[in-house]
Amino acid sequence: MKVLVFETERCNGCRACEEVCSQTWFKEANSEKSAIRISEAGHSNHYQATVCNQCGECIDVCPTLALARDKRGIVRINKKLCVGCLSCVGFCPILAMYVHADYVVPFKCISCAKCVEACPTGALSVEDLPDVELTETEKRIKVREVAA
Amino acid sequence: MTNTIEKTRAAHKVLAEFHYEPRKVQRGYAGQTLYVNVSDNAIGSKPVDEKMKHTFIGGRGFGLWLLWNAVSGNTRWNDPGNEVILSSGPIGGTTVYPGAGKSIVVSISPLTATVIDSNVGGHFGPLLKFAGWDAIEVQGQADKEVIVFVDGNKGLVQIIAAPEEANESYVLPEQILELFAETADEKKGISSISTGPGAGHTFMGCLNVSFYDVRRKFVRLKQAGRGGIGTVLHHKKVKALVVKYVGVKGNSNGPADWSELTKVGRRMHREIYEQDPIMNDMRSNGTTYLVSIMNDFDLLPVHNFRYGSHPQAAKLYNTEFRKYWSLGIPDGCWYGCTLACSRCVERFQPRTGPYKGQWVHVDGPEYETIAAIGSNCGIFDAHAVLEGNFYCDVYGIDTISFGTALAFAMECYEEGILNKERTNGLELHFGNAEALLEVLHQMGRGEGFGTIVGQGVRRMKQIFAEKYGAAPQFLQDIGMECKGLEYSEYVTKESVAQQGGYGLANKGPQHDEAWLIFMDAVTKQIPTFEDKAEALHYFPMFRTWFSLNGLCKLPWNDVEPADNKRKYEPRMAARVPEHVNNYIRLFSAVTGRRDVKEPEDLIRMSEAVYNFQRIFNLKMGYGTREHDAIPYRSMGPVTVEEYESRAERYDQQLREIGFEPEGKSTAEKMAALRKHREQRYESLIDAVYKRRGWTPEGIPTLETVKRLGIDYPDVVALLKKHLK
Repeated sequence: MKVLVFETERCNGCRACEEVCSQTWFKEANSEKSAIRISEAGHSNHYQATVCNQCGECIDVCPTLALARDKRGIVRINKKLCVGCLSCVGFCPILAMYVHADYVVPFKCISCAKCVEACPTGALSVEDLPDVELTETEKRIKVREVAA
Repeated sequence: MTNTIEKTRAAHKVLAEFHYEPRKVQRGYAGQTLYVNVSDNAIGSKPVDEKMKHTFIGGRGFGLWLLWNAVSGNTRWNDPGNEVILSSGPIGGTTVYPGAGKSIVVSISPLTATVIDSNVGGHFGPLLKFAGWDAIEVQGQADKEVIVFVDGNKGLVQIIAAPEEANESYVLPEQILELFAETADEKKGISSISTGPGAGHTFMGCLNVSFYDVRRKFVRLKQAGRGGIGTVLHHKKVKALVVKYVGVKGNSNGPADWSELTKVGRRMHREIYEQDPIMNDMRSNGTTYLVSIMNDFDLLPVHNFRYGSHPQAAKLYNTEFRKYWSLGIPDGCWYGCTLACSRCVERFQPRTGPYKGQWVHVDGPEYETIAAIGSNCGIFDAHAVLEGNFYCDVYGIDTISFGTALAFAMECYEEGILNKERTNGLELHFGNAEALLEVLHQMGRGEGFGTIVGQGVRRMKQIFAEKYGAAPQFLQDIGMECKGLEYSEYVTKESVAQQGGYGLANKGPQHDEAWLIFMDAVTKQIPTFEDKAEALHYFPMFRTWFSLNGLCKLPWNDVEPADNKRKYEPRMAARVPEHVNNYIRLFSAVTGRRDVKEPEDLIRMSEAVYNFQRIFNLKMGYGTREHDAIPYRSMGPVTVEEYESRAERYDQQLREIGFEPEGKSTAEKMAALRKHREQRYESLIDAVYKRRGWTPEGIPTLETVKRLGIDYPDVVALLKKHLK
């Protein structure tokens, strides 16, 4: 699965990633509409990024099956199915599912790599990591497909 | 199934049709209610004005107001003039905050002969509102069985003659999806309300309210159980109420301030994510976690509430039910409920009845059902409880009234009031699961002793006294009903406050008004009668507020902020102030009302509706002090066995009131204890009435109704008649 990977040692905190992310998806430079958020990492001089690692835990939390993996293993939100309950926002283990008051559907990183191109220090990359175990929802869907 | 469905559809005949312009919900309100009369097939809309919103808020409040205007003091449950009214409430249908999908149903009850309210999950209330209706009001009695169908996408209401559909709630809700969903995708936009044959043969019929499970691909059911509203709907020959609205979104409820909602909701979801696993773990267990706690604190009803614990209780703990649950994903009964207490048994094989040997699915069991069908009847068998739960739903019977009524009959059997001859061959010993299931099937078939149990405890007391010469006082002492409604499943002997929580509840002894046992009897936070009266003012009012707004109580205090108990002194902590604040924010964000700022503002909203319901009881010929009397079984030990099983506790209490138990017979000790406890209950009532602004007879004063803005001319006239 394709995952955006962040290297803290390389990040200079310029937040170009946030800008290009919100610009790409919401047509405005607004860090509150970015699916990647850079913050200072505690007491060290480094930065940290809060961004989806495609773990898929939100897939089982969603009451409408609006969250599912695409062929590249990336967890995507189906806007048509989403009922804006924000369960996924509250239940993301790393708080990387975001919502903004201008929209009723949450948003997240889909490893589009726009920020990788924009990062001046090479702190970001999209890597192909091993798939994680299927969620209960995915297992159920797979069993049904096999049976059909 | 396709052939059957086509045949079923072909038998449909549209008896009446009503077209309307679907309108968007604004600030939590659709702005109109739907009136359907199945006698003369009239369908119409009624406006919801600002005064109605301000005074009655929604949900139970709307139901009471509509019913008040529909019935007279002489209307009986089976008069065509009686209604079944369902309404969610302004917050109902919100998806960002857990527990916001409840519906509240109101009617004149066959068990209590006065107004009853019962709340239920499932998708009906929210979808009804999004379809353009704040409430549905069903009056009349059809000649032949009908379905009332509301299509919120097309703006269409139909009364349809529906002769072919199943008359039970396992097959029927699935048939409804096939009949009314044009595509598989539309199934999630449909919810139905149905009963079953047991609702027709008893007075304890429940309503099954459905939601479609998108993962398991079948219909799940939640129940509005209390007070026999299913019996009323069945009597109207309404096979089902169906609502369809496809297209639910985060803003379907039209909130005034979406931004604020996202903040409150997101924070609450996170709190549940962090706190629930280390608190009640409702996401894993639902309400089943309560069984062990109740047993440990001697509060789990055993053998018709004689005792509060049992050596075999562990056979009904959550560990026994967990093995039946499937999928391992917590389920809510409405979108966004992350407390997610719903549980699904996906493959279950009944050992008796029409589904014997088939693989079926069933929701639950809830704590109440486990205690009612299980421990209270002495049945410590998880499979039997599940089977009882399944058939109660299928037949449309309230598990609580069923369990409490049967436990009463079982005690009568053990005491020799009943025997095999009188039960038509049933051996109703405590613990006889086979007999329990047979009673249930008899209710479904409308035959045998099941139809006697199905009349409820109050009528059984009368029958057993008249037919079998049983001592009326003994029946009164052990018959766990008040106002005609069977008790829900907590032993209250050691908590006078909770005795009042049950006895003073408007609808009868249901725990949704107050649950004060720990606060009163375990942690002893409310020692004086004034303290108890304050609790019996605040909590019933606060909890009433949920029923006005379409909210579930569980996310209020079945999960708490991590610092709740550190930050607040115990009595305040019990109110969970941060969650109360969430509700204030939630209400303002949805309705846009800026005048709701303090907890007191919520209480005032409830107080109007609560007092109105008390006065409604008065209108129906009840609602005075004598109707708040409770059976002695809920106060103390009725039998020698009960006293002696906890003799140390009772002896000690006697010493504390200056009665020396040494050398006294058990009968003498029981009499002294009883006198003391009965006096305490009366003192409690005095204190509560005073706190609530009622007369010593339990009637709201004119000043009270004026203060609350419910001084309508007919209310005042009624009160004046009684306040002379």
